[in-house]
Amino acid sequence: MDYDKYLRLDKFPLIWCPGCGDGIVLKAILRAVDRIGLDRNEVCMVSGIGCSSRTSGYVDFNTLHTTHGRALTFATGVKMARPDLTVIVATGDGDATAIGGNHFIHAARRNIDITVILYNNCIYGMTGGQGSPATPVGKRTATAPLGSIEPSFDIAALAAGAGASFVARETVAKPLLLDKLIERAIRKKGFSLVEAMTPCPTTYGRLNKAGDGMAMTKFLKDHSVSAAKAETLSPEERTDAVVTGVFVDVDKPEYTEEYARVVEQFGGPARPAHRQLGQSA
Amino acid sequence: MRDAAANAVRIMSGNEACAEGALAAGLRFYAGYPITPSSEIAEELAVALPKVGGVFIQMEDEISAMGAVVGASLTGLKAMTATSGPGFSLKQENLGFACMAEVPCLVVNVQRGGPSTGLPTMPAQGDVMQARWGTHGDHPIIALVPNSVAETFALTVRALNLAETYRTPVILLLDEIIGHVNEKVQLPAQGTVEIVDRKPADVPPAEYRPYRHTPDSVPPMAAFGRDGYRFHVTGLSHDETGFPTNDPQQIDRLNRRLHAKIEQHRDAIVEVEQNDCADAEVAVFAYGSVARSARRAVEEARRMGIRAGLIRPRTLWPFPEREVQELAERVRTIVVPEMNLGQMAHEVEWAVRAKCGVVPFGRVDGQPIRPVQILSLIERAAHAPREKVTA
Repeated sequence: MDYDKYLRLDKFPLIWCPGCGDGIVLKAILRAVDRIGLDRNEVCMVSGIGCSSRTSGYVDFNTLHTTHGRALTFATGVKMARPDLTVIVATGDGDATAIGGNHFIHAARRNIDITVILYNNCIYGMTGGQGSPATPVGKRTATAPLGSIEPSFDIAALAAGAGASFVARETVAKPLLLDKLIERAIRKKGFSLVEAMTPCPTTYGRLNKAGDGMAMTKFLKDHSVSAAKAETLSPEERTDAVVTGVFVDVDKPEYTEEYARVVEQFGGPARPAHRQLGQSA
Repeated sequence: MRDAAANAVRIMSGNEACAEGALAAGLRFYAGYPITPSSEIAEELAVALPKVGGVFIQMEDEISAMGAVVGASLTGLKAMTATSGPGFSLKQENLGFACMAEVPCLVVNVQRGGPSTGLPTMPAQGDVMQARWGTHGDHPIIALVPNSVAETFALTVRALNLAETYRTPVILLLDEIIGHVNEKVQLPAQGTVEIVDRKPADVPPAEYRPYRHTPDSVPPMAAFGRDGYRFHVTGLSHDETGFPTNDPQQIDRLNRRLHAKIEQHRDAIVEVEQNDCADAEVAVFAYGSVARSARRAVEEARRMGIRAGLIRPRTLWPFPEREVQELAERVRTIVVPEMNLGQMAHEVEWAVRAKCGVVPFGRVDGQPIRPVQILSLIERAAHAPREKVTA
């Protein structure tokens, strides 16, 4: 496919470090958008703050780079105003589940038709490697010099518990699986999350002697297991396991459509129709 | 909410008038979070907005409400939120984003006693400086302050119009008294309210620069998802194209334009009402509900033979420096009663450049300032030797 037609090539080179997986996620998003056949004008990408959130600057859509943790709040405004647009949020583990945790669970609870692509590198990369809610126990960060003593979030489970319609996790080691999940998430009517596990060799890798981007990506690949397989693992084996796959895929009332019914009951004029993408072939 | 088209005389509160004014100005999006004493604005709009095909959404917190407002405005809708003190603190982050990204929107703050949770059901004017400087960074802002229910309607319309005209957030500062007092108002007939829309993009999408430097300092604004204008919006310092830049020249240019955008149009933005000021020797500078007590005090003083006058800003920011300065040339003293401990009095003092005395008077017990309190200040100012006036 022609990636260039979706990219703002004049903004290159990317700010991401060598070995970072964020570019793999970016390409997976573009493949999904291309396969669905979305017009660039119909897509709005909203992002927060952090490495992942710089994605919005590189894609030739309507793009909104917001404040730290707040991408979903701006995205909610865009989607409520224009239910016919496809709204994609690019965010990170710190952005979405620490400072933006409240917005994350409530957007999922409302089941508003927004697709969240959450780049999870288990650390704050842009600010220099501080601990995030996704940093595994025992892993070193710039703010946990002896290793993190905080239990980490299972972000996919958090979204599922909050009410998301579609929840999946994949690693950048399997980019072709990743784009298929992103495609399903975008097509899903309702709140959808794809948690993309991605290496940060610059901070996490150095602090935890995890090697370069290749080594970290290989680690993700070698430790990927399905949810079913994860059940059979011992607690020790599960520590390093990256459980991948689709965890939630349900159909339930979507918020902008529910609101359209409120407008209808008040006798208000018709709102822009909700986008109809349908299921993938 | 009743039929907004009716121009019959009605009894309503300031909060209701705010909702009515917003609708009359073309509001199509409201996001908010419940907080006393502003919640009636949200409750009115929860009913009224769906009737016109607009959006009402109660968000999970104040921060998200402000974010949603900015997102909706970027699609071209007129958008607002309303809150009170503690909520206004939480708005500041994304309010700053709206300043930086130049996104038109209205933020209503029905002021209550503070600091912190303070007095949820009692009036104050403690947020006037927060309205100016609440969000970080060297940003300009517009803030309006009505003194009645009828004026709340008018200034809500004006606030949304100014937001659209100058691509900026505008703050409307009510206080609990104005928000909750019920008064007789005659709403203008539908179609007679002047409505201003943002200046649309005037070039094809390929040539569009969302932060272009224009002679009036206000860049034309396209809408997300309309007519093929795809552009980037960020809170980072950006160039004319909207993309982040570290170029000192571009950054300096942006910051100066943001200020120029308001300063350049200062005369069109600043509204000040003066009563009996022409021959006054003592003037009262008062705003919001306090201006009503001040008006009464000035009338009483006149009856007593004291040449008193009232200067009442309807625009608090940008500060009506020139008007206050001109007044200072003529009067001996300016009395500044306010429901805080001297926030605007400092501004008045700075503006008068010691050309007249300034007497601050603050009430911070949750009670309104009474006319008799202002009258006694006027009397003392009128009878005291020029240099010895104190509160």
